[in-house]
Amino acid sequence: MTQSHRIPGKGRIDRARPVRFTFDGRDYDGYHGDTLASALLANGVRLMGRSFKYHRPRGVMTAGSEEPNALVEVLEDGQHTPNVRATMQELFPGLHARSQNRWPSLSFDALAVNDRLSAFLSAGFYYKTFMWPPAWWEKIYEPLIRRAAGLGSLSGRHDEGRYEKAWAHCDLLVIGSGPAGLMAALTAARAGADVILAEEDREMGGRLLSDAPEIDGRKGDAWALAIVAELASMPNVRLMPRTTVTGAYDDGTYGALERVGLHVPTLADLPRECFWRIVAKRAILAAGALERPIAHPDNDRPGVMMASALRSYVRRWGVDPGRVVIFGNNDSALDAARTLTAEGVRILAYIDPRPVPPVEEFRVYQGDVVGTTGHLGLQTVRFRHRGGVSEIAAETLALAGGWNPTLHLACHMNTRPDWDEGIAAFVPRPDMVPGLAVAGAAANRFSTAACLADGAGAAAAALADLGLKAPDLPVPKAEDGVYAIAPLWSVEAPGRAWLDFANDVTTKDVELAAREGFASVEHMKRYTTQGMAPDQGKSSNVTALAVLAETTGQGIPTTGTTTFRPPFVPISIAALGAGGRGHGFAPERRTTSELASRRMGAPMIEAGLWFRPSYFPREGEATWRDSCDREVTMVRQAVGVCDVSTLGKIDVQGADAERFLDLVYSNTMSTLKPGRVRYGLMLREDGHVMDDGTCARLSERHFLITTTTAAAGPVMRHLDFVQQAFCGDWDVRLISVTEQWAQFALAGPRARDLLNTLLRDPVNAQGFPFMACSETRILGVLGRLFRISFSGELGYEVAVPARYGAALFDRLVAEAENLGGGAYGMEALNVLRIEKGFITHAEIHGRVTAFDIGMERMVAAGKDCIGKAASQRPGMIGPEREQLVGLMPLEGHASLTAGAHLYEEKAPATAANGQGYVTSVGYSPTLNSWLGLGFLKNGRARHGETVRLEDGLRKRKVQARVCDPVFFDRDGGRMRG
Amino acid sequence: MRITCPCCGSRDRREFTYYGSDDYLRRPDADAAAQAWDDYLHNRDNPAGETRDLWYHDPCGTWVKVTRDTVTHAIHACEPVAGEAG
Repeated sequence: MTQSHRIPGKGRIDRARPVRFTFDGRDYDGYHGDTLASALLANGVRLMGRSFKYHRPRGVMTAGSEEPNALVEVLEDGQHTPNVRATMQELFPGLHARSQNRWPSLSFDALAVNDRLSAFLSAGFYYKTFMWPPAWWEKIYEPLIRRAAGLGSLSGRHDEGRYEKAWAHCDLLVIGSGPAGLMAALTAARAGADVILAEEDREMGGRLLSDAPEIDGRKGDAWALAIVAELASMPNVRLMPRTTVTGAYDDGTYGALERVGLHVPTLADLPRECFWRIVAKRAILAAGALERPIAHPDNDRPGVMMASALRSYVRRWGVDPGRVVIFGNNDSALDAARTLTAEGVRILAYIDPRPVPPVEEFRVYQGDVVGTTGHLGLQTVRFRHRGGVSEIAAETLALAGGWNPTLHLACHMNTRPDWDEGIAAFVPRPDMVPGLAVAGAAANRFSTAACLADGAGAAAAALADLGLKAPDLPVPKAEDGVYAIAPLWSVEAPGRAWLDFANDVTTKDVELAAREGFASVEHMKRYTTQGMAPDQGKSSNVTALAVLAETTGQGIPTTGTTTFRPPFVPISIAALGAGGRGHGFAPERRTTSELASRRMGAPMIEAGLWFRPSYFPREGEATWRDSCDREVTMVRQAVGVCDVSTLGKIDVQGADAERFLDLVYSNTMSTLKPGRVRYGLMLREDGHVMDDGTCARLSERHFLITTTTAAAGPVMRHLDFVQQAFCGDWDVRLISVTEQWAQFALAGPRARDLLNTLLRDPVNAQGFPFMACSETRILGVLGRLFRISFSGELGYEVAVPARYGAALFDRLVAEAENLGGGAYGMEALNVLRIEKGFITHAEIHGRVTAFDIGMERMVAAGKDCIGKAASQRPGMIGPEREQLVGLMPLEGHASLTAGAHLYEEKAPATAANGQGYVTSVGYSPTLNSWLGLGFLKNGRARHGETVRLEDGLRKRKVQARVCDPVFFDRDGGRMRG
Repeated sequence: MRITCPCCGSRDRREFTYYGSDDYLRRPDADAAAQAWDDYLHNRDNPAGETRDLWYHDPCGTWVKVTRDTVTHAIHACEPVAGEAG
């Protein structure tokens, strides 16, 4: 299709690079450098969307990220991205876009009937109309309303696109690249500061690209290009186009969204977006100002747009707007009319409520616009003036209601801006965000000369803070006109006048909110949904609260603003969470035996961040239980091998190491002899059990302690705290060595036979007794040997430097198989320890004391320890507490479930009757019965009683006998043997 | 939010783990009254303004006492815990 509305020769587009794209399935042509909005306008397409509530036909209002109307879906490979602003979507070959919130088509939308029903759909209508019957709200009303009102839709598929996140650091972050931003960046860059210049647009230059005022005798856009070229050549400057700074956070941290690959066809090597966190010692907000519309009846038709946007479409993109009427109330509107005329645009009328002297170029009327016609696009504009009411045919109506400084980022730390009567807008106060200065139009400087000077000044102040000398850089000469405005928020005339185009809020809605008692600005916002659309009311909030202030008679400063919150523009969740999907969700820690385990068919399960083998299936085994039962029996009768490298290992050294360990363990470690290991219990300072593990004394001043897999991190943090806070002058140092060592448990009656196949110096029962440790040569490698057991069998753990882990595991499994054993996994490990009543974090879950688990004697009497004082307090010890017990079903093969609650045999299952709960269960092939560990009120005194286990989730009730938690080999003869 | 680790310099708060008030540094004697332990373990002020709390720099294992303002979010000082007690 021809670009019927393109002005020959005009615009910053590359006519040598035509670009074909589709909109609603139809082919169009544009040029490289176009946005979707400018290309559609150039093709004479003014209708780009339907409004949120009334399904009114809408066209593009702005030329920037504040666009409320022209939201489209961009389609690619079965995906679609909804609510893309056509003003921000750059054109590329093969771009497919479609309109949204309409059915069956954009030009004929069945739900446009809502517009005729508008009297019933005013603010808060859903609170009033759909009250009864109450049950209908969730099932009928809400789904209906959600379908009728809305924006784009999602594909329902995962977003497989690539996103990234990144950090950047600089001396000075300059936000915005208009005259103030460019001068600030240049000043700081010439001083040698590390500068980041972030610009939302694809091109640097801000309004200089659209307005092109003269600077130092050159057109503004040419001046901007020259400055940008200099900045680009400097190694201390990073230019970040297509990057919107979205939020200001504490200590000079700024969030920014870069559109990296959204302007090109999908490419494998470019992410779609990158979310930046920029840490800046100083920042300058030079984001300019946003022009606001005027609320007059039917001000929302396609063809009505901001005067500043019109200037951009004409000058940057060579769009022919047809016949134009301008309705403004300030000097910039008049300037726009003059400039546009000079560009060759036909201005039929300039309408301004202020008395404006006649000019040669176009007709000037003192008056206001009272209505428009044109169903799918503007046809006529009706306006009042001193001579009466006139109606003229026009394709474009440009609104210029004044400028709102873009001060959002300055308000992100919950400080409120000041109201400035002179420009009828909110302006920033100094130091709203520490380290952030506001410059240029964002700081109420509206001439080019003032912006240039302000940018240079703000940079000089930042340089002084940074200890750098400002360069001798003259401020270029430019126009220094005055910006005068006579506030006009809404036109008094019959008809609906829109404030928030994106959420379909009219002046009537705001007035209704005030009448119905929602007169505070925060209440009005929520009642009308003013400013709650994706554009967050950028072009409408100030006008809406001005209308509210007029209605309540309170004045704008008293009415105040709503809160400015990040982000400044919508950010896709995918960008915020970049890298966090799938394997990126959490770090994965893998043991040296993982490859071998997988080769043996073992399913891996997560244990904290680690992956551990669940069981090792063998031929003929149908379920995990078959494998688990076999592995348990194998350990009890022969020998098993298990990777226990995931347990935390902390190396503790120093003359005061034993003193330190006495403080952090509840039991005494200073009496431990070198070459011996002791079980240890750690308490939290509040008296509850934190963790358990072993403490091996490798030599007089050298200990190696272990933690449970899950608590390794928290225990290290805790030990560091105790050491740094309370033992600062002690001779003790700690370091985690978890990943330096691969460690394997050898368990079973034949464990020693297995071990001795590896050792240069074989061990015997007496020479290396239970709870011994030593260094030793394992297959020639210097490693460590511990005689400890978590299975209740004769057990050893061998440790070698991690790089030998894989080889050692292979060898161990092969040797074990020769002895009738093999590898065992987590399931068997769990059953073995339940049979022995050994606890894990299923039992020491944070609410149990040493007393509860029957270890109160491990809180040594003769010394202080972390948690000792609290562990002795009333309520921490006594028959009222739930104590660790064993549970065996009365009927042999009845299975138990963890999480079941305990009740007396006949007592109803109520919270008041609760006697405790089950923490761990497993089937014991050794004892031919399910076994459970749990906590029962005064449980140690109740061995032999029958209790009922009731699992409300799984709907199970089982009678079980209470017994000692050690089910098997109670005197420990097997592991000591 | 950025915290200056005495060992590593200015770092983003994501590198730190929060613990709680610096009351934790003033551990009562083992035989102190129950009330002293209760205060130490459980009773905390919730000041609008200056507060001192403890953060752990996970990468290097340094505990940091941070003096900051809960209203303005300003951070006034970051000191190593180890230097303080003894």
